[in-house]
Amino acid sequence: MTYTAITVVAVLAAVALDRWAARTRLTTSGTWWASYGIIVVFQLLTNGWLTGRGIVRYDPDAILGSGTVTLVGDGRLVYAPVEDLAFGFALVLTTCVAWVWLGRRSNEESGEPAAEPASERKE
Amino acid sequence: MSVPHWSYVAMLAFCLVGTLPLVPAFRLRVLRQPTRLLLTVVAVGSPFLVWDLYATRSGHWRFDAAQTLPWRVAGLPLEEIAFFVVIPLVAVLTYEAVRVVRRPGAARRPPQRREVR
Repeated sequence: MTYTAITVVAVLAAVALDRWAARTRLTTSGTWWASYGIIVVFQLLTNGWLTGRGIVRYDPDAILGSGTVTLVGDGRLVYAPVEDLAFGFALVLTTCVAWVWLGRRSNEESGEPAAEPASERKE
Repeated sequence: MSVPHWSYVAMLAFCLVGTLPLVPAFRLRVLRQPTRLLLTVVAVGSPFLVWDLYATRSGHWRFDAAQTLPWRVAGLPLEEIAFFVVIPLVAVLTYEAVRVVRRPGAARRPPQRREVR
């Protein structure tokens, strides 16, 4: 499988885990999307460092773009293959799902205000 | 080792320097739950490390020896393994900080209230 194909599987698996397996439903919460929005900006910066400097180099046969490292275009965004965005999305979502799921199991989140409105519980 | 060998380490350090201050700033109870944190890192890091090993062996990507430290574990630089500890930690800290900010009445609540366990 190419990197492109695996990232598609990883994103679908992460969303399925969140929605149906762990039922954390973070992808329906504004809090998670706000968190991801912050993280993705820094991912572009740090991943741009890793890829722009050639600390990590990609096989052109495994990605959508060619092997040429460009700022934007040719399947790249801030030097990194666009696949890295999907990789990061899957990694961050899976992490938060595991964290929240484990917290619910150990009742670590019982510190939540009991009177929290139902509409906010989805957070 | 020359300075360029620390290039990948620098990126990981940047991530930690940027997010660890969230713990005191928002009085996060993340590091105080080491078991939950460790389980999260292991549960999530493991499958992604397997993916990384597969991708590296398949040649999907490779690491510049001149910009990483010399140590390798199963062909991966130590930094790449640390990546799967640092990024989950960064994700949890960011998520928990955003949760505090978005909590109803968070701005008005005295900060010491959150220390009650």
